Amino acid sequence: MLDKVVIANRGEIALRVLRACHTLGIKTVAVHSTVDRNLKHVGMADESVCIGPAPAAESYLNTPAIIAAAEVTDSTAIHPGYGFLSENADFAERVEQSGFIFIGPTASVIRLMGDKVQAIKAMKEAGVPCVPGSGGPLGDDSSENARIARDIGYPVIIKASGGGGGRGMRVVHTEAHLGNAVSMTKSEAKAAFGNDQVYMEKFLENPRHVEIQVLADGQGNAIHLGERDCSMQRRHQKVVEEAPAPGISAAQREQIGKVCVEACVRIGYRGAGTFEFLFENGKFYFIEMNTRIQVEHPVTEMITGVDLVREQLLIAAGEKLSLRQQDVKFTGHAIECRINAEDPNTFMPSPGTVKRFHPAGGPGVRMDTHIYDGYRIPPNYDSMIGKLIVHGRDRDTAIARMRIALGELVIDGVKTNIPLQQRILADGGFQQGGQNIHYLEKRIAEQREKAIALG
Amino acid sequence: MDLRKIKKLIDILEDSNLAELEIREGEESVRLSRMPKGFAVTQGAAPQTQVHVEPARAPAAVAPAHAPVAPGSKELPAGHVLRSPMVGTFYASPNPDSPPFVKVGQAVKAGETLAIIEAMKMFNQIEADVAGTIVAVLASNGQPVEFDEPLFVIG
Repeated sequence: MLDKVVIANRGEIALRVLRACHTLGIKTVAVHSTVDRNLKHVGMADESVCIGPAPAAESYLNTPAIIAAAEVTDSTAIHPGYGFLSENADFAERVEQSGFIFIGPTASVIRLMGDKVQAIKAMKEAGVPCVPGSGGPLGDDSSENARIARDIGYPVIIKASGGGGGRGMRVVHTEAHLGNAVSMTKSEAKAAFGNDQVYMEKFLENPRHVEIQVLADGQGNAIHLGERDCSMQRRHQKVVEEAPAPGISAAQREQIGKVCVEACVRIGYRGAGTFEFLFENGKFYFIEMNTRIQVEHPVTEMITGVDLVREQLLIAAGEKLSLRQQDVKFTGHAIECRINAEDPNTFMPSPGTVKRFHPAGGPGVRMDTHIYDGYRIPPNYDSMIGKLIVHGRDRDTAIARMRIALGELVIDGVKTNIPLQQRILADGGFQQGGQNIHYLEKRIAEQREKAIALG
Repeated sequence: MDLRKIKKLIDILEDSNLAELEIREGEESVRLSRMPKGFAVTQGAAPQTQVHVEPARAPAAVAPAHAPVAPGSKELPAGHVLRSPMVGTFYASPNPDSPPFVKVGQAVKAGETLAIIEAMKMFNQIEADVAGTIVAVLASNGQPVEFDEPLFVIG
């Protein structure tokens, strides 16, 4: 087993990793910025090292500082969490070169999946169905790009190869707008990712976002743990996630799961990962793979009983997968509501001090958060302060439990999106299930336009 | 050097504001360094005094267990506090055989090297950002230091 792990992250996921480490008897080192000394997991960790000032670039994205912290604490491994350096192949490489275990896939696999064009190529070769697209980067020849778009059929979407997670994309409905869209997306990509390579895909008008969770031990064994539906999004950011996806049959799950597992083995995947798909008219279309633990991992944990972070640690320690595919069973339904410190109407971040925090409880209720009474939320990082997850024997029970839990949850002192979450869970369309990725934004816009807001 | 003498030195150190005390007697030397107040080796433990008894030339092998630091709770002497710009291992001298860069009471110019911090096999010189006199040396040779950790007080 690993002796000591550096938790190279903050907030709720750092606490999640700490809990998993301590459960396995693994010692923890919490690295943090100067404004994060008050994080709950920093207080609980066996050791802590301040690695830099508040700005992420000088702390949580500071490779030398994180590796130096691992050195001075004599650590064994580094867990990158999600976001920050978790999908940075250079970081993974330097970690391993410095003699530490990177808890995740190898740098070359991270690099492959980080280049969205290469990832799609690799998935196509592995037999994973993909969105019809340019099949490669777009060149500077505008008439060639126009031909590609005509072949694909409008509307199309221009995406940055170095992007992902909803960033660096632009929809084009007519040929007249294509040239501008390509050049603008290229410049934005250059600025945001240091790489101006873009590709084109068919823009699916009414897809759902359905993703498959996988675990692979890097020793030839891989399994899938079913799907999650993350269609409730605003500006490409997930707001509510659930598992299983309403309306997906066991046969569909088995089929797409098998394809993902085979792709894992083929590319030599190691660790936890997620294959993201757009699902439309009963068909799955691969868009990207996330080579890390994801924010919404708890809903999969609730319906399978598998502790995914624990599995990450075991795999990193060199253990073979303890589960076979036939051991994975799905029970009931789980829903997760992301809790953000933000204005529920304007979505502006709302940092400040949590004057009172009272978590929800009861059967099937799980609260993944680092906040506590008196916790000061710094303004320097994203606004997610926790996740409220419920499990029920079926979707209706899960919805009922979530509505009660949202009513019980108290976070005073900062604005939160709890009212928005309550509106979503009360919404008829959501309750029906199976809404597409545009649904939430549509409903939010409708609500704004109404003279009287109706729930 | 007998134990009673060392015990007396420990008492002197504990009663004073000094962080470090080094005595040379012929070929023997004793260096006592005190962990700054608030820097607990284990959670909730009282500050400890470390004793290094060494022949004059041997390097000190020190690697105290690292623990959460609450800088606000340290009582630092008056003066300008030079804080660590990085994570790494603090070295008071350029190499194990040399004397430390600076001692308490020494006058320093801005830009003068006061210590080295090593990380990822690279040595970084820590320079005085102001001119003045070394009032206190807060880190000891071989000690892991974190970003923002007080290293020197310059008065």
